[in-house]
Amino acid sequence: MNRNLLEVRGLRKSFGALLASDHVALEVREGETHAIIGPNGAGKTTLIAQLAGELRPDAGEVRFAGEDITALSAPARARRGLARSFQITSIYPDFSALENVMLAVQAHAGSSFRFFRAARGEQALRTPARGLLEEVGLGARADMPAASLAHGEQRALEIAMTLAGRPRLLLLDEPVAGMGAEETQRMIAFLATLKGGKTIILVEHDMDAVFSLADRVSVLVYGRIIASGSPAEIRANAEVRRAYLGEEAAE
Amino acid sequence: MSPRHRVLALALGLLLLAAVPPVASLFNQPFYLDLVRRIMIFAIAAASLNLILGYGGMISFGHAAYLGVGGYAVGVLAHYGVVDGVLQWSLAVCASALVALVIGAVSLRTSGVYFIMITLAFTQMLYYLGISIEEFGGDDGMRLAGRSRFPGIDLGDSDVFYYLVLAILVLVLFFGHRLVNSRFGMVIRAARSNEARTRAIGFSPYPYRLAAFVIAGAVCGLAGALLVNHTAYLTPEFMNWTRSGELMFMVILGGMGSVAGPVLGAFALLVLEDLLSGWTQHWQIILGPLLVLSVLFFRRGLAGVIFGRHE
Amino acid sequence: MNFVLVLEQTLNGLQLGVMLFLMAAGLTLVFGIMNLVNLAHGSFYMIGAYLATYFTQATGSYLLGAVLGLAGTLAVGIAVDFAALRTLYEREHLDQVLATFGLILFFNELVAMLWGRAALYTTIPEYLSGHVDLLPGLRYPLYRLVIIAVGLAVAGLLWLVVARTRLGMLIRAGASNRAMVSALGINIRLLYTVVFGFGAALAGLAGLMAGPIYVVQPGMGELILIEVLVVIVIGGIGSIRGALAGALIVGMVDTFGRAFLKPALAMVLSPAAAQAAGPALASMLIYLLMAAVLALKPQGLFPARL
Repeated sequence: MNRNLLEVRGLRKSFGALLASDHVALEVREGETHAIIGPNGAGKTTLIAQLAGELRPDAGEVRFAGEDITALSAPARARRGLARSFQITSIYPDFSALENVMLAVQAHAGSSFRFFRAARGEQALRTPARGLLEEVGLGARADMPAASLAHGEQRALEIAMTLAGRPRLLLLDEPVAGMGAEETQRMIAFLATLKGGKTIILVEHDMDAVFSLADRVSVLVYGRIIASGSPAEIRANAEVRRAYLGEEAAE
Repeated sequence: MSPRHRVLALALGLLLLAAVPPVASLFNQPFYLDLVRRIMIFAIAAASLNLILGYGGMISFGHAAYLGVGGYAVGVLAHYGVVDGVLQWSLAVCASALVALVIGAVSLRTSGVYFIMITLAFTQMLYYLGISIEEFGGDDGMRLAGRSRFPGIDLGDSDVFYYLVLAILVLVLFFGHRLVNSRFGMVIRAARSNEARTRAIGFSPYPYRLAAFVIAGAVCGLAGALLVNHTAYLTPEFMNWTRSGELMFMVILGGMGSVAGPVLGAFALLVLEDLLSGWTQHWQIILGPLLVLSVLFFRRGLAGVIFGRHE
Repeated sequence: MNFVLVLEQTLNGLQLGVMLFLMAAGLTLVFGIMNLVNLAHGSFYMIGAYLATYFTQATGSYLLGAVLGLAGTLAVGIAVDFAALRTLYEREHLDQVLATFGLILFFNELVAMLWGRAALYTTIPEYLSGHVDLLPGLRYPLYRLVIIAVGLAVAGLLWLVVARTRLGMLIRAGASNRAMVSALGINIRLLYTVVFGFGAALAGLAGLMAGPIYVVQPGMGELILIEVLVVIVIGGIGSIRGALAGALIVGMVDTFGRAFLKPALAMVLSPAAAQAAGPALASMLIYLLMAAVLALKPQGLFPARL
């Protein structure tokens, strides 16, 4: 039960002269909530992109539930239960909130090469989608066009879509980005309910979120993981303080 | 406009179209029957383009190629003495689907500017192919050896042919409507709206887009079969890239991503062309800037104006 | 097939190639820097041919006619940029395609109104006509050699400007990162106008040189435009090096295909089959080439951007 759900070894990615990922190694146990923190420009987005399958690494491997998924595309990884949310809200603005989630459900609910029956009416899609919207607190806003939702609501919609299809691993890229204090607390509380049942990799700047949610924390600086351990261990780590928390203390 | 009003408006439009033959014969103006029939055939072609362009966001500048493939399938068979309509039109549809499959498979691996240029280039290739085959008239084209024959339906009868086209148009619009709201249609529309998101939830757009491309090509091939029967003349000009541009304008002017749009667009553009060409032989000098202005200022299209926000 | 024939076709291929390059260079820069799909580029080719013919007849001098034709095309290019294209730079590609399509209709009809739809007859001046003895047995038209020379000279000039001058540096920077160039405070508007005008002039140059050997009539631009698009796709959008490579490849393949495919097929097929298939296949050759290149390198041979 407590084996590694995600294993990353020797991940390397360069953009010309810039080494964005420098032999990144990571182990995430099943059921664990693992936070990745690091200063701006550390390469967090590049790392997430490689884990999600959007970007091919130059070298290294990514294993998911024991399977080597390094060569798999993003859609293929999503179908295997590796879901991601985006740092900059990425939803379907012209569809309603419900339709947004229904689409995410649809990807895991059998073939989409169906050409006649109206998708909007399918209970097999509607019911789970409604459920997910209720979970993230958007039940009342189900029929609103996604573009007209408030920023915090859109981030919640983003999470609901990420949860569709019951993924085993959630890759959350700054889920509370741009949220106010109250919304942030609500999101953190919600994510806390997912702990244990789902494996979560959380990339965040917000230290509240990190230290209240994470079981373990890895610190990424200049494309390298310089430390990995419990939140308390990371807080105490001198190198980390210097590279990252030290900057924050100086602010 | 509420859904009920929209249905009423569509029903009204249908009624008007159905009334054209009796009205035209009442006033002894067969020209208008011909004109509207021609417009409806192009509306079918535009509707097929609407699937990939309007809903799918794929800027295919080579769609007229399938008018040619369909037309040539019928014309070539007729040339060799095969006039069975079912056989001819089946071949028109299948050949168009096959060509669309090949062109789509190559083109859809690219995107953006490349995609536009490649689809244009492939169409031109087919056009040159059509011109170079002397057997079928080269760039002059040739007369259709004989109209397609169906049991019980005489395409030589103007009215009968008109109603056949109308029936096909209605079917195309109906199935098109079901298609864009089906699971498949939702993926296509999602891929257009936000491709990164669509990949992230687990859909690889390529197979769906390719399927849509093939469906659109096949339906346009059917339009080509209708067109060649309508004009009774087969020419590579069916595939001219300016024809592709016209089809795109019909989709845009009519309003992208709406079911009625292509019909409105076909009417608007072809009626406009007809009026202008009656006015002066240099009508394109007026049409050109009008099209430019419509792109700059009238992007919502007619359906957007008449029906309001449509989903 | 003999050596002289091959050499002659090589020169023909080179001549077609440099003309394609003149057009491709402008078009690819406009794509790459301004992200503008300009289908009306072929219209400048046509306008160059027509204006040069008109001015040559008006002034009696080919050279003067050529210069005025070039200047006129440049003026038209700048006018089009001002009047129609300014708003299109920010629009999505679909809008650009449709709007420039409208421009094509306009220009074709304008030319037809002014000079009629029939093909215009243009002559090569006395001092440029005639043949040159390149090798024993190979007499090649002087005019075509001049075209090759001019084309290569312009290519060299273009390389000089792009690689060695400040303007060229801006162009290269703009091709790989437009936003950055703008953020650096460079007058983007002016840069765009210069690039666009320059591209139009190059197309006009190709047109006025093409006049005497190809057909001068409304719609001539679109015929060559498709080949130019193939060149750019093969060479890579936004890259002048790609435009040159693509142009020479397409020029050669097309010329050799048209000259040698039918006789080559006749060696394996019956004469009737070769007669039917030869021209058809030859006309399809460059598109098949394009598909093949794309299968291996979807961004073209020398893409400007990563």
